[in-house]
Amino acid sequence: MELISNNLPIVFAGLMAISILAYVILDGYDLGVGMLMARGDRSERDRMIATIGPFWDANETWLVLGIGLLLVAFPAAHGLVLTELYLPVALMLLGLTLRGVAFEFRVKAQTRFQNAWDRAFIGGSLLAAITQGYMLGRYIMGFQDGFWQEAFALAAGFGLAAAYTFVGSTWLIAKTEGELQARAVLWARASLLLTLAGMIAVSLATPLVSPRIFDRWFSFPNIIGLASIPLMTGALFLSLWIFLRRMPRTDHSLDLVPFLGAMALFTLGFLGLAYSFYPYIVPEKLTIRAAASATESLWIILLGAVFVLPFIAGYTAFSYYVFRGKARELRYD
Amino acid sequence: MDPILLARIQFGANISFHILFPTITIALGWVLLFFKLRFNATGNEAWMNAYRFWVKVFALSFALGVVSGITMSFQFGTNWPGFMEHVGNIAGPLLAYEVLTAFFLEATFLGIMLFGFRRVPGWAHTLATFLVAFGTTMSAFWILVLNSWMHTPAGFEMREGVAHATDWMAIIFNPSMPYRLGHMLLASGLTCAFLIAGLSAWRWLRQDRGEDVRLALRAGIWLAAALIPVQILVGDLHGLNTLEHQPAKVAAMEGNWETRGNVPLVLFAIPNERERRNDYAIEIPNGASLILKHEATGVVPGLNDFVGKHPPVAPVFYAFRIMVGMGMAMLALSWLGAFLLWRKGELPRLIAWGFVAMTFSGWVATLAGWYVTEIGRQPWLVTGVLTTAQAASTVPAGMIGTTLALYLAIYALLMIAYISVLFHLARKAGGPGTAPPPAYAVRLQAAE
Repeated sequence: MELISNNLPIVFAGLMAISILAYVILDGYDLGVGMLMARGDRSERDRMIATIGPFWDANETWLVLGIGLLLVAFPAAHGLVLTELYLPVALMLLGLTLRGVAFEFRVKAQTRFQNAWDRAFIGGSLLAAITQGYMLGRYIMGFQDGFWQEAFALAAGFGLAAAYTFVGSTWLIAKTEGELQARAVLWARASLLLTLAGMIAVSLATPLVSPRIFDRWFSFPNIIGLASIPLMTGALFLSLWIFLRRMPRTDHSLDLVPFLGAMALFTLGFLGLAYSFYPYIVPEKLTIRAAASATESLWIILLGAVFVLPFIAGYTAFSYYVFRGKARELRYD
Repeated sequence: MDPILLARIQFGANISFHILFPTITIALGWVLLFFKLRFNATGNEAWMNAYRFWVKVFALSFALGVVSGITMSFQFGTNWPGFMEHVGNIAGPLLAYEVLTAFFLEATFLGIMLFGFRRVPGWAHTLATFLVAFGTTMSAFWILVLNSWMHTPAGFEMREGVAHATDWMAIIFNPSMPYRLGHMLLASGLTCAFLIAGLSAWRWLRQDRGEDVRLALRAGIWLAAALIPVQILVGDLHGLNTLEHQPAKVAAMEGNWETRGNVPLVLFAIPNERERRNDYAIEIPNGASLILKHEATGVVPGLNDFVGKHPPVAPVFYAFRIMVGMGMAMLALSWLGAFLLWRKGELPRLIAWGFVAMTFSGWVATLAGWYVTEIGRQPWLVTGVLTTAQAASTVPAGMIGTTLALYLAIYALLMIAYISVLFHLARKAGGPGTAPPPAYAVRLQAAE
């Protein structure tokens, strides 16, 4: 107990990291499917929507949990980060709002408006993905202003959009069949290359921006153990590429593999970033411990989280089980 | 423009837009459960048809609630950083419990409730419907606990300007919580009842008179008629509770300037804050004393006791009259409608049109009520602990103004889309065969 008490801020940073990683993977795939809808006709779009219909609401809730944990556990960091990112946050919210409602309006509105709502769904997904990547870029750059910093953040925006597109394509491979699945394989290959470029750019930029991060990665003997992260990531890229070259397959038993690979890829990338920035919560400005709020209140939240999170995991798994296999048409009856 | 005012307008616009949709879904979840249970018990397909129509309205309203709620979760921090800084130890756990016990539950089971009818056994679908309704209600519970605590804080101590929890039971069951929660849940029930009655009456007037439409129409009218007297009673108790804990708010609601006995009930007036009196007042002698103190000579607090520390009078005063007026109209129409249904088994067309006109009356009353209580809390953010100005952010006014314009534009667009799609769904549900009612069609047979 005392061990936890002394390290409550670290525990909460861990919880927040799990929420953000869950968000990036889960909402990542449905934002990715949203962007890919630009490439489909109306009936393909309906099938693409059917793969994410039962899940997107819950996926987005991880963002509320992540930002909520930042707010309640690290109020000082929350204030700093959100003031820095005020405009991109507003634009992201605009994107999330448009796509969230377009999901309903695209089928319920008058026929003459349905295409417009499809475009709102696609545009909203793209806007949310790019602004999230832009914010990640600004965060990596320690919120410094300047042309190259802004350019990097913008590039990170497209990088994350590519990564979401990749996880979205692998989700479509898992949940569709036939021609749409074959197209998803092509989308996955293209976006995998873009994702690779984005991850390399971030991996190079991060240590260059901060000598502290450079030392963490490249000092002896850390480098021996840490080299496993980029090596594993590289191996994963290669295997995914080879695997995708052999898709689509006639037998569907391995259709989930690319999506699982994408999850692993996101997790490795996330671990790399987490290692770079620990113990800071706002790069070079504020540490996790310095930003944490009072311990009594964190205890109350932790008790609730420890009790409730297994239930959430359980019924989330149940929902994925209910809608397992290839997606069928979305029907209310 | 003053950045604090802009931040308030922005947050107020967002939270006003947001509350419209939970107000529908909290009660609609339970109504859907009722439809589903009636179908399970009777096997009558009409109940299931009513369910299928209203679950679409639920899904649409839920999506609008989710997206505006996500925006709010960010605005807590961007607009009011001082809020978490000073009372985060109280607000934080309450918000976290809302996410953990409500948001995931409703969002996950919504998928099964909407699209799982043919994928899970009937009982599991009914259970999913129950869990969604339960989740929306839990979410209302936690957020109203926090809101009530901001009005009537309890169970904490201040150390170096920061609130620390000392008694969580006192925080959760703070003095105004039971009244506010009851008042809001009933408001949700009434909003939903009038929405169902209004949209069903519109379908019925268009000759779309399937059994499902008539069942929903009856359910809406009976629900409205049953809830409105309870709401008036609970609203009165809530007012007395406010009188005890926030007398300045009640003084503004009543438009009463001097603390004295024999205070009249001001039906209408133009509060003149500069001269500190009411212009053009229409009053009922001793009315306010009778309502608030239950005797004609009862002493009612006046605004002049709180100079510089009371809310702006006019918005609270007007919003209160709009809310009460809407409540009276709801009482009259729902009782008339219920009486006619009971005695004659039918509604005259004029009354049916009345319900159509009152489709969104719940929204008007709910918004007006929230303006009374939240503007009435000013200048405090947390009564006696933290002022709104202390909590405001340092974001420049220009940036707040730009994003405010953006939010307002998108909310206006969504509002138009939402209402037009509701009526579009209602039109479509009747099938291509239904046309506007011919002039000679004057009466209907309601479902017996």
